[in-house]
Amino acid sequence: MASQAIIFRETNDGKGFYILLAVLGAFLALGALAFFNAEHHGHHVTGMNNQIVWGLPHVFAIGLIVAASGALNVGSIGTVFGKKIYQPMGRLSALLAISLLIGGLIVLVLDLGRPDRLIVAMTTFNFKSIFAWNIILYNGFLALSAVYIWTMMDRQVKGYYKMAGIAAFTWRLVLTAGTGSIFGFLVARDFYNSAVMAPLFIVMSFAMGLAVFILVLHFAYAWTGRQLGNAVMNRLRYLLAVFIGGVLLLEGARHFTGLYIAQKAGVENFILFDGGVYTQLFWVGQILLGSLLPLSLIFCRRLANNRVALLLAAAFTIVGSFAQLYVILIGGQAYPLVLFPGAEVSSDYFDGVINSYVPSIWELMLGLGGVALTLVMVTVGVKVLRFLPDSLSDAVADPHSK
Amino acid sequence: MNQNRVDEYRRNFMTALGGVAAVAVVAPSFVLQTAHAAGEVTAKPADQAVTDAKRWGMLIDVTKLTDGGAAMVAACKKEHGWGDEAHSDATQKAHWARVVKVTDKLTQNSFSLPVMCQHCENPPCVDVCPTGASMKRADGIVQVNKHTCIGCRYCMMACPYKARSFVHEHLVDQKAHSPRGIGTVESCNMCVHRVDNGQLPACVDAAPDAVTFGDLNDPNSTLSQTLKAIGGKQIRADLGLNTGVRYHGI
Repeated sequence: MASQAIIFRETNDGKGFYILLAVLGAFLALGALAFFNAEHHGHHVTGMNNQIVWGLPHVFAIGLIVAASGALNVGSIGTVFGKKIYQPMGRLSALLAISLLIGGLIVLVLDLGRPDRLIVAMTTFNFKSIFAWNIILYNGFLALSAVYIWTMMDRQVKGYYKMAGIAAFTWRLVLTAGTGSIFGFLVARDFYNSAVMAPLFIVMSFAMGLAVFILVLHFAYAWTGRQLGNAVMNRLRYLLAVFIGGVLLLEGARHFTGLYIAQKAGVENFILFDGGVYTQLFWVGQILLGSLLPLSLIFCRRLANNRVALLLAAAFTIVGSFAQLYVILIGGQAYPLVLFPGAEVSSDYFDGVINSYVPSIWELMLGLGGVALTLVMVTVGVKVLRFLPDSLSDAVADPHSK
Repeated sequence: MNQNRVDEYRRNFMTALGGVAAVAVVAPSFVLQTAHAAGEVTAKPADQAVTDAKRWGMLIDVTKLTDGGAAMVAACKKEHGWGDEAHSDATQKAHWARVVKVTDKLTQNSFSLPVMCQHCENPPCVDVCPTGASMKRADGIVQVNKHTCIGCRYCMMACPYKARSFVHEHLVDQKAHSPRGIGTVESCNMCVHRVDNGQLPACVDAAPDAVTFGDLNDPNSTLSQTLKAIGGKQIRADLGLNTGVRYHGI
């Protein structure tokens, strides 16, 4: 079979494009409404409080940010590790990474108590704060990913392609380590204070970012009538399985360590066994639906080359990642701070009790608004610039696969 | 023999008298000081920067608090006006200080104590703040610069004592000496406005027999002497934060 050149082309001007934009636009509008509502009235309209200070918006924001760095991986595998079959997907990979990061950041910023002071956060840095470092890492990631796209799109700067790819890949590893360290550096909370949070977030980003990439790639091709062969999709399928396994490994190490260390055993037992919704989200959401089900869908022999099975595996991986983030963020805060180890405490301000949190519709709207912004950016991006190869059929993508 | 003893008494008396006179003459020229049973506070001239010569702190003798510190919490609430937010629910209302009842699971020994910002020497809330709004003054007082706080609440995640509150709504009728703001984080600031004026924090005034306030850096301050004599424990001393608020009887 003769190999064919990879041709990149903008997506067609069709009715579907505008329908998609209209649907996403509705979610964007709802997100904006949620922001203005909280901005006008204050955060008392949300379910967040002084015990659960980070809520559903942060689950969405951190999920999108983590997925962003993971989405870049597809490009990195092609560029940094020289796997040719991944290289045509590099442009989409970087576009998706930028879009996911901006979608996550917008949720994070709009949930601030004083979003009008964003300029303060961008100009006044406390360099001992991992949060301040993250602001620099996020901006650097956007810039490096943009340069990376440039080296892929402009023949004149093609010589810098490898260098840009390596820089972006290195930066993204540091970035996700930084995101995990937001929790890892919290000395006061036994569910968080661990160095494992940095690598856990990195491997979580691998799985979540790849799952998002698989879904976006499939629908971008299906809805524009382009060919997407099994050679590409099966590579991504088994890679996803490796990443899901990686998350399980580090999560296992984290939870077993927690059970073993008496100081952490209280909160570990809460999350794993007595935590109600958090226990269910962990076992059913993260482990069963988010890990074991996708692995089954990937490795079931009867489902080999089955596209629907792969899409379901990717979708459930995302469900599992969100469940995982919800358990980490909200579950970790629901368990009360330990003021006096070995003692029972009580007060008129929720000491010694499991903190309750019911997310409001506003928080959901804000989070979905961030997702919608991501998808709008990708949809418009592939429409106006040459991000997508005309075809990723087996003959084009991997001529030697058969 | 008798005459010698009289001379000795006379010498001692004169020495002591001279010492008292010297202190009375010299001391006021060095410091303008408010003496109080619950401690000493030196007023800071408004045109002088805060220095690290002093580190403000307090010792709360829980055994002398008949109400577990409820009067102290009430005084704080009255001084700063927190906790009456109209739209916030109970979990969202601000709490700069609270009374916590502690019962040991094994021994069933029980006591109550007021918990507020512990004014750590190594405050996690200051470490994590991206903008530096969560800050420690040179004299050890930990507080929030409400002009640069962006309301990210990371300091609330980091504080081991749940000492910080986020303002969930617009506020009205604020105290001029203790401005607060929607969308920012706040906490006990050791009544910095009073301390700079040479007054004791409101909570200390509310329980003068149980609380000693003063300069931890001065080994001769009443606070340091009392701490030396009866000791002062930290909540979560294992975290190594070296708190400025110490407790006796916990």
